[in-house]
Amino acid sequence: MRVWSLLKTYTVMVYIFMFAPILVVLLLAFNSSQFGGFPIEGFSLRWFVKLYENDAITRAFRTSLMLGALTAIISTTLGILAALALVRYEFRGKDLITTFLITPVLVPETVLAVGLLIFLRWLHMPRSFGLLLLGHSIIALPFVVLVVQARLTGIRRDYEEAAQSLGASPLQTFFQVTFPLMLPAVFAGALFAFTISFDNITATVFWRPSGMETVPTQIFGMLRNSVSPEINALGFVMICITVGVPLLAGMLARYFSRKKI
Amino acid sequence: MARVELINIQKSYGSVQAVKNANVVFEEGSFTTLLGPSGCGKTTILRMVSGLADPTNGDIVVGGKRINNVPIHKRNLGLVFQNYALFPHRTIGENIAFGLKYRGVSKSDAQEKVRHSLDIVRLPGVEDRYPQQLSGGQQQRIALARAIVIEPDVLLLDEPLSALDANLREDMRVELKAIQDRIGVTTIFVTHDQSEALAMSDKIVVMSAGVVEQIGAPDEVYNTPASEFVATFLGASNLLPATVAGRNETGVIMETPEFGKTCVPVARSITLGDAAKGQLMIRAENLHLTKASITKIDSANAVVEAVDYQGQLARYFVRIGNTQLQAINMISGRPFSAGDKVNVSLIPEECSALPANDT
Ligand SMILES: Nc1ncnc2c1ncn2[C@@H]1O[C@H](COP(=O)(O)OP(=O)(O)OP(=O)(O)O)[C@@H](O)[C@H]1O
Ligand SMILES: [Mg+2]
Repeated sequence: MRVWSLLKTYTVMVYIFMFAPILVVLLLAFNSSQFGGFPIEGFSLRWFVKLYENDAITRAFRTSLMLGALTAIISTTLGILAALALVRYEFRGKDLITTFLITPVLVPETVLAVGLLIFLRWLHMPRSFGLLLLGHSIIALPFVVLVVQARLTGIRRDYEEAAQSLGASPLQTFFQVTFPLMLPAVFAGALFAFTISFDNITATVFWRPSGMETVPTQIFGMLRNSVSPEINALGFVMICITVGVPLLAGMLARYFSRKKI
Repeated sequence: MARVELINIQKSYGSVQAVKNANVVFEEGSFTTLLGPSGCGKTTILRMVSGLADPTNGDIVVGGKRINNVPIHKRNLGLVFQNYALFPHRTIGENIAFGLKYRGVSKSDAQEKVRHSLDIVRLPGVEDRYPQQLSGGQQQRIALARAIVIEPDVLLLDEPLSALDANLREDMRVELKAIQDRIGVTTIFVTHDQSEALAMSDKIVVMSAGVVEQIGAPDEVYNTPASEFVATFLGASNLLPATVAGRNETGVIMETPEFGKTCVPVARSITLGDAAKGQLMIRAENLHLTKASITKIDSANAVVEAVDYQGQLARYFVRIGNTQLQAINMISGRPFSAGDKVNVSLIPEECSALPANDT
């Protein structure tokens, strides 16, 4: 009994330690005081308005959204193709390619960032949005591959074989049978990729062209001058996006699958 | 509808020879069963006919045309899987209509065909349900409907009944056969269940370890097995080592220590050739037990060692000298019990002569 209550207290403490800072940001975003801190003086949305009126921030926001969406599209497309090849076909060097696809998860991001930068320098290519996008896609790809691969392994070949025996070409089989069956995983993978890109700061700092800011680098820049309450508001928005989007997607997925059964 | 021919078909997976040099003809409109124990290459043959696997050697001819290089989606075959493989994200109606899309059938015609095929499998009105909402037996019928609605040249069924429980399996067996009779499609059916094979087939192809052991009508493979494998795989048989004591115009005289001289008809001793030694095969149901009395011709005295009582039948294990034999008899009156002394008799016309067991 004693042990259990001790364990319970300990667990609660760990959670407080993890979530308290986030809670603080969420609360302070609505604090009307000029100097962000406790005690909270009054409820106000003025920091959100300020945020909206700040050109630099809205620009960073648009960049991040665009970058995240494109990263999701690219890494998901590549991820689906890679997963298909790995699960459905036998070829030489398969293990090697699997390892190669997964390495970006294992290599420290700084190393990956510097490596890509040196490689581009060697090619005499300047830093650009394209490079940033490429980098983010590399970072997100392994996650997409893992998620889609897991799902694909669970889809029995019978379905595809049945479709083909009924007259569907391999391409038609993919779009009529395989793709719809792996859609939940594709969806999850794309969201994963989006959040990974949207959150990323380490590699982004290395790769972004001068003058371009994403939301995380913008916040980082602002923090160097002062802790403005605007940042709390921005933090609030970011938390809503990175937590809210996957939750919403999960709810949608459940809604659609329930409708079907 | 088409005749299917396998000519010198062979399939290897690395060092494993899944099918060794098979020559089989599936007649137009016939129901042929591939029968054999697990791993003997039945599925492999079916996959090669359907186009899911390429033969290592040999030709596959359907309707007079060699189809080795025709991809699966252009072969027009109906395939039914053991696990049904109904598309879970499509309704029953969409599942059945799937193949019609690729055959230029109009929407309204497709609807009509779907309804008609559901009538054939006796499940009308389930178009709007999803596969998960049907029982195993119902899903099996839908899988069949989906395969026959495209009017395939050949219907291929891989153990389609094995996932059903025993009662349902027997019902479906009768129904499947009736449907096949009605639409008259050339059908290749895979099973390892001998009673299924004997009950449904026009012809049975018995396989063992990649080799076709015998091809024939059910009563042919049952009564005149071409090899020891076929004799033991189908039904319960007794195989007694025998020497050939002579030949005459009616048959071969096989001499065994248990029954003395037995004259086996010529038609039942074809695989023996002119060997001097062989085996006398007696089906368990062709050994008749009677109360011990004076020894008649073609009989021997024996002791009942064990009885396996099965209602209207009983399976007896009897001993003659050092040999144990199996006999399955109808029970009239009281069955024999262990320890009883009995007389075991056979009818020579019901016996077969097989080549000697070399191993
Ligand atoms: N893709 C494959 N790769 C390697 N070996 C295979 C493959 N498919 C089948 N085999 C081998 O070929 C042989 C025949 O297999 P097959 O599936 O045709 O047997 P089966 O008669 O259908 O058996 P079952 O009744 O168990 O379904 C087996 O020894 C099997 O191990
Ligand atoms: Mg099989």
